[in-house]
Amino acid sequence: MKYLTEYRNPELARKVLNEIKNTVTKSWKIMEVCGGQTHSLIKNGIVDVLPKEITMLHGPGCPVCVTPLHLIDKAIFLAEKENVVLCSFGDMLRVPGSRKSLLEAKAGGSDIRILYSPLEAVNIAKKNPDKEVVFFAVGFETTAPSNALSVIHAQKLGLTNYSILTSHVLVPPAITTLMNDPESNIDAFLAAGHVCSVMGYWEYLPLVEKYKIPIVVSGFEPLDLLQGILMTVKQLEEGRAEVENQYVRMVKKSGNTSAQKIISDVFVVGNQTWRGIGIIEKSGYNLKKEYSQYDANKKFLIKTDNIVYEPDNCIAGDIMKGIKKPPECLNFRKKCTPKNPIGAPMVSSEGACAAYYNFSTMFKKISIKK
Amino acid sequence: MNKNLFRLQCPIPKFDFDIITLAHGSGGLLTGELLESGVFNLLKNEKLDKRHDGAFLNINGDIAFSTDSFVISPIFFPGGDIGELSVNGTVNDVAMCGAVPQYLSLSLILEEGLPIKDFWDILVSIKYAAQKAGVEIVTGDTKVVERGKGDKIFINTTGIGKIHHKANIDIKNIKKGDKIIVSNNIATHGTAILSVREGLEFETNMISDTRCLNHLTLMLLDKFGHDIHFFRDPTRSGIAGTLNEIASGMNLGIMLNNENIPIDSQVKAACEILGLDPLYSANEGIFMAFVSESIANYVVDLLKKSEDAKNAAIIAEVVDDHHGQVLITNPLGGRSVVQMPVGEQLPRIC
Repeated sequence: MKYLTEYRNPELARKVLNEIKNTVTKSWKIMEVCGGQTHSLIKNGIVDVLPKEITMLHGPGCPVCVTPLHLIDKAIFLAEKENVVLCSFGDMLRVPGSRKSLLEAKAGGSDIRILYSPLEAVNIAKKNPDKEVVFFAVGFETTAPSNALSVIHAQKLGLTNYSILTSHVLVPPAITTLMNDPESNIDAFLAAGHVCSVMGYWEYLPLVEKYKIPIVVSGFEPLDLLQGILMTVKQLEEGRAEVENQYVRMVKKSGNTSAQKIISDVFVVGNQTWRGIGIIEKSGYNLKKEYSQYDANKKFLIKTDNIVYEPDNCIAGDIMKGIKKPPECLNFRKKCTPKNPIGAPMVSSEGACAAYYNFSTMFKKISIKK
Repeated sequence: MNKNLFRLQCPIPKFDFDIITLAHGSGGLLTGELLESGVFNLLKNEKLDKRHDGAFLNINGDIAFSTDSFVISPIFFPGGDIGELSVNGTVNDVAMCGAVPQYLSLSLILEEGLPIKDFWDILVSIKYAAQKAGVEIVTGDTKVVERGKGDKIFINTTGIGKIHHKANIDIKNIKKGDKIIVSNNIATHGTAILSVREGLEFETNMISDTRCLNHLTLMLLDKFGHDIHFFRDPTRSGIAGTLNEIASGMNLGIMLNNENIPIDSQVKAACEILGLDPLYSANEGIFMAFVSESIANYVVDLLKKSEDAKNAAIIAEVVDDHHGQVLITNPLGGRSVVQMPVGEQLPRIC
């Protein structure tokens, strides 16, 4: 697998790790923004081998984790309506809503389909003109172009039975919120490589300027992450605060301008609620007025509460802000497990809690002989 | 014989109907026609021909006995169909007990509206798979359910076979130092099925590896006898789920070596794209053998001579450490725990 295998080379990885060890002199807290990076850091044992001066904080970049509870309730409400086919990405299905998950709604008889591409949902709408097809359009900037494209396709085909329930979130406003939070204590960020492959990294220049923090765009393979960490540590040790790009094989400064155009044609930036964090100004995408006929929120009278309370004792918000780590939660591995998740980060494969539960040997009561 | 050639030799008989209706399950004339010209004629053997309520068998000694139900979608998939799967699945379960699979029962639950052409194709596959595995279908049943009460066709098979005279397969025989060998590439079946699921279709020439494994396991038992401590086919929950199941019952641990696990590059790439872990992906054409360290390399060499096990490899070791758990090495030399899967793997968002 070109562009993957090379970045998993253990010898090169050890070399970069040694370079990090030789560079670091002070304690630094680095937040990786994306859940895919969290998963890879823990699965590949990188957090276990980093020098003790470096603490990795796990950021809010897991779309499943930050999708607000009331939207999951809305999706379930729609799925339970007669004649509705609700289409979703796979890992949204197990997230508990306030009453149940989509997976439980499916077991109860709702027509819920797991898709890999939103364009597939448009196909389903085309094949089933007597059904209302709703796509649960969640995600960061990465999935926004394909979700937007599905609306454009539906319009071109003249479909009147297709709509999307959007919950799109954006990275730069989240970084601003984290930096403004008096409790958070972050020295630098690894920006999410795939978000930047769409959006580029020009958006981060003002952030670096304002907060004097290094931001390094990084990929997801072990070598990508180690290189990203090395570049960050070098900046920190040298007192620099710049935007740098480790993921050059995928990311250009300007990003993918065609994808950005599709996004701006269909969506408009608006306020967005982040599960566990709250409302962040101008941090999400909503459908533009001219596409309102494809907005499931407007098309259906959805009877669910807009404010729902999070489960007791879930510290997902603090975890995603980098204030706490999953093992500091009283429920972790006890009441809250992937089988019976209390909070969303335990559900998604990209959630920090699930990553710690699934891969890390650090917090388990097992003896490993040396 | 090649499967397509085999099909040509079993042309569909002339029926007065093109779809299955409730009348085919009523026990009347239509049931008779379906069974006589269809099932009995195709699967013909001395024991089935007695047309009794059950089969008369004569087996001396210890036997292994296993049952499995098959409820898959889609019923035809790249590289096989539900018919072949239902024979191989039970044959393999009997084989994993260290037995020689001999006889199968076949129970069909058909949904009203199933095209006769599909029904025939599945039956021919059953005959083909049974012939390949060297088993006879000696008794069975056919029922029809109303449209919407089933999903085209459900199949149950039950199999029995005599335990091989040199076999001593028991989880208690697994010892520290045992090597765990996988007979061929992992995750092939699960990924091939996923590639044709509605909504996830992707262009590929991946095909399921469904096959009978009894010839391979018997070859190993003939040659190595008691040095083979345990067999298991890692079907639904993949090698991760199966190894966890085995480890949880032991006062020992299992250490998987990431680099040695054989996997087809296309399968690996598909799993990368979908965000699935091949360790948890379903398998239908491979087994794992727990064997004494002293014979491990010989077992791999012997397996590799067979087309059905050409990628056999030692993938793990039984260790007196992290009892009850499965650990895997990772590229940086660290180790992480391989958990028991919670449910079906779900493709990720991005």
